[in-house]
Amino acid sequence: MPSSVMPTSSRADGPQPPAAISTAGLRKSYGDKTVLDGIDLHIPAGSVFALLGPNGAGKTTIVKILSTLISADGGQAQVAGHGLATDPQAVRAAIGVTGQFSAVDGLITGEENMLLMADLHHLPKREGRRVAAELLERFDLTEAAKKPASTYSGGMKRRLDIAMTLVGNPRIIFLDEPTTGLDPRSRHNMWQIIRELVTGGVTVFLTTQYLEEADELADRIAVLNHGKIAAEGTAEELKRLIPGGHIRLRFTDPVAYQTAATTLGEATRDDDALTLQIPSDGSQRELRSILDWLDTAGIEADELTVHTPDLDDVFFALTSTDTTHTNQRKETVR
Amino acid sequence: MSSLTLAARDASTMLRRNLLHARRYPSLTLNLLLTPIMLLLLFVYIFGDTMSAGIDGGAADRSDYIKYLVPGLLLMTIGSTTIGTAVSVSTDMTEGIIARFRTIAIHRGSVLVGHVIGSVLQSIISVVLVGAVGVAIGFRSTDATVLEWLAAFGLLTLFALALTWIAVGMGLVSPNAEAASNNAMPLIFLPLISSTFVPIHAMPGWFQPIAEYQPFTPAIETLRGLLLGTEIGHNGWLAIAWCVGLAVLGYFWSTSTFKRDPK
Repeated sequence: MPSSVMPTSSRADGPQPPAAISTAGLRKSYGDKTVLDGIDLHIPAGSVFALLGPNGAGKTTIVKILSTLISADGGQAQVAGHGLATDPQAVRAAIGVTGQFSAVDGLITGEENMLLMADLHHLPKREGRRVAAELLERFDLTEAAKKPASTYSGGMKRRLDIAMTLVGNPRIIFLDEPTTGLDPRSRHNMWQIIRELVTGGVTVFLTTQYLEEADELADRIAVLNHGKIAAEGTAEELKRLIPGGHIRLRFTDPVAYQTAATTLGEATRDDDALTLQIPSDGSQRELRSILDWLDTAGIEADELTVHTPDLDDVFFALTSTDTTHTNQRKETVR
Repeated sequence: MSSLTLAARDASTMLRRNLLHARRYPSLTLNLLLTPIMLLLLFVYIFGDTMSAGIDGGAADRSDYIKYLVPGLLLMTIGSTTIGTAVSVSTDMTEGIIARFRTIAIHRGSVLVGHVIGSVLQSIISVVLVGAVGVAIGFRSTDATVLEWLAAFGLLTLFALALTWIAVGMGLVSPNAEAASNNAMPLIFLPLISSTFVPIHAMPGWFQPIAEYQPFTPAIETLRGLLLGTEIGHNGWLAIAWCVGLAVLGYFWSTSTFKRDPK
C-alpha cells in the first residue's frame, strides 16, 4: 500500500506545520470494549479535518476526549498547544464544540441562550449583547430570538448551537456530525457556514458519516474503523488507495460482446447490459496499455468510459468487517 | 480578575439561568408547595380537634395545634422543594447544554453552585408562602424577639442549604427525572416520621429512636423553641450539626460525582 498516505508517522521527515491538534497513541476503553486503540493525528492550524467512520467507530469518543469532556485512558494529546491532561482549562479557552446532540437550553429563548454564552465567556454586557445580536442575525435566527429554543426546528436548533459555539471566537472548532438529520438545504447552509469559518482561519475538526460531506469540506480525511485510523490523506489520496476504479466497455453487438468477454478473462461481465468492467486505477499509462491490448485483440467497443472510485468505495473497502484493508488489485469492490 | 471573582461571576450566571427556568416554569415549584399546604389544612381543620388532644396533656385546642404544626411544616416545605432540585438537576444533566458547559473555560463548580443557590432561594420563598398560609389560619409566634426571628430564618436557610446539596447529589446520580424523584423521597418522608405532627413521647417506644435520630426532629424542636419559646435544650446544637454534616457530605458527594466523566 502507498506509504505516503497511510501512516501518519511517515510524515515526520521535514518540519511539520504548527499543529492545532496532535495526538499520539490515544486510547479509550469502556470495560472490556476498546473504543479507541491508539489514535495518532496531526492537524495543521487553519485546516479542515474530517473524521469519517461508520456508527460506533469511535468518532464521538475522539471528539469528547479532544474537547476535554472525557479523559483518555492512554496516549498524549495537545490541542492549541496545551496538553489535554495538564491544562484542560487552557484547551477549553481555545475551542468551541458543537456536539452530536443539541447543546442548547430548551427552556430559555434563543437570545437568552446567546447571552448566557456571552456571560460565560466574560464578555462585557454591551459587547455580549452586540455579539449575540450579530450571530443571531448571521444564522437567520433574529425572528425566532424571543421564542423558547425548545420550539425550534431541528435545523434552527443546530444553527443556534453553532452560533453559541462561536460566541467566544474559538480558534479550533469541533463539529460532531453537524449535518446529521438536516434536510438538504440546511445541510448546504451548514457547509457554507463551515467554509466561512475556515476562511476566517479557524481550524475545523469534523466528524461525519457522509462521504460527500468530507469530500466537499475537508483538506484531510481520516477513516476510523474499530477504534483505529484505517487510512488518512486527502480525498484524492484516499480514492487512489483502493481499487474500485475500472474501465467500462459497452457493446451493442452481442457477438462482439461475447468475443470480447471470452478474450478478456479478468473482466467482470454484465450480460444484460452487454458491458465489461476491467479493473484500472485510471492512470494514463494503464489506460494506454489497455487500449493497445484491446487493439491487438481486435476488440472494438461502442463506448469506453473510465470510472474512478469515489469515497463511498474507499469507505466500504476500509470499513468492511471481513478484512481490514482490501488492497488487492484484482478484487472488485462490492 | 482573580479566580475567585471569576468563580463568583460564573456561579451568578448559572444562578440567573436557574432562576430564569424557575420563573418561566413555576409549575414544578408550585406543585411541590401543595403537599405541605394541604397537610397543614388537613391536620388543622380535619384532624385538628383529635390531634390537639394529644399535646399539652389534652389541655390544648385547635389554635395550639396550629402553633405546634407550623414549624415542622415549614421544614417539610424545604424537604419538598428540594425534591424539585433533585428532579431539575437530573433533567439538566441529560441535556446537551451541560456538556457544553463542561467544554467552556468556566469555573467547574459554578453549574452546581448555581443550582444550589437558586434552590435555596426557592426554598426560602416557599417557606415564606407556607408561613403566610400558617399566619392566615392563625399561627402567631409567642413573643419571639428579633434575634430569635433572625435565628429561625438562619436555621431555615442552613437547613435548606444542607438538604439542597444532598438533593443535588441525588439528582446527579439519578439517570432520569423519575428516578431522581424516587431517590429524593426521603426528603419528604422523613418529616412525616419526625415530631412534625405529634410529640416524640406520644409515639410507640420502639419507634421513638427512629423519629428522634434524624435531621428533621432537632431542627423542628429548635424552630419551635425560637418561635414559641419551648425548651430547645441540646436540639440547637444537634440541628446545626446535622445541617453542617449534611451540607458537607452533599457538597463532596455532588462535586465528586459531577467531576467524573459523563457517560
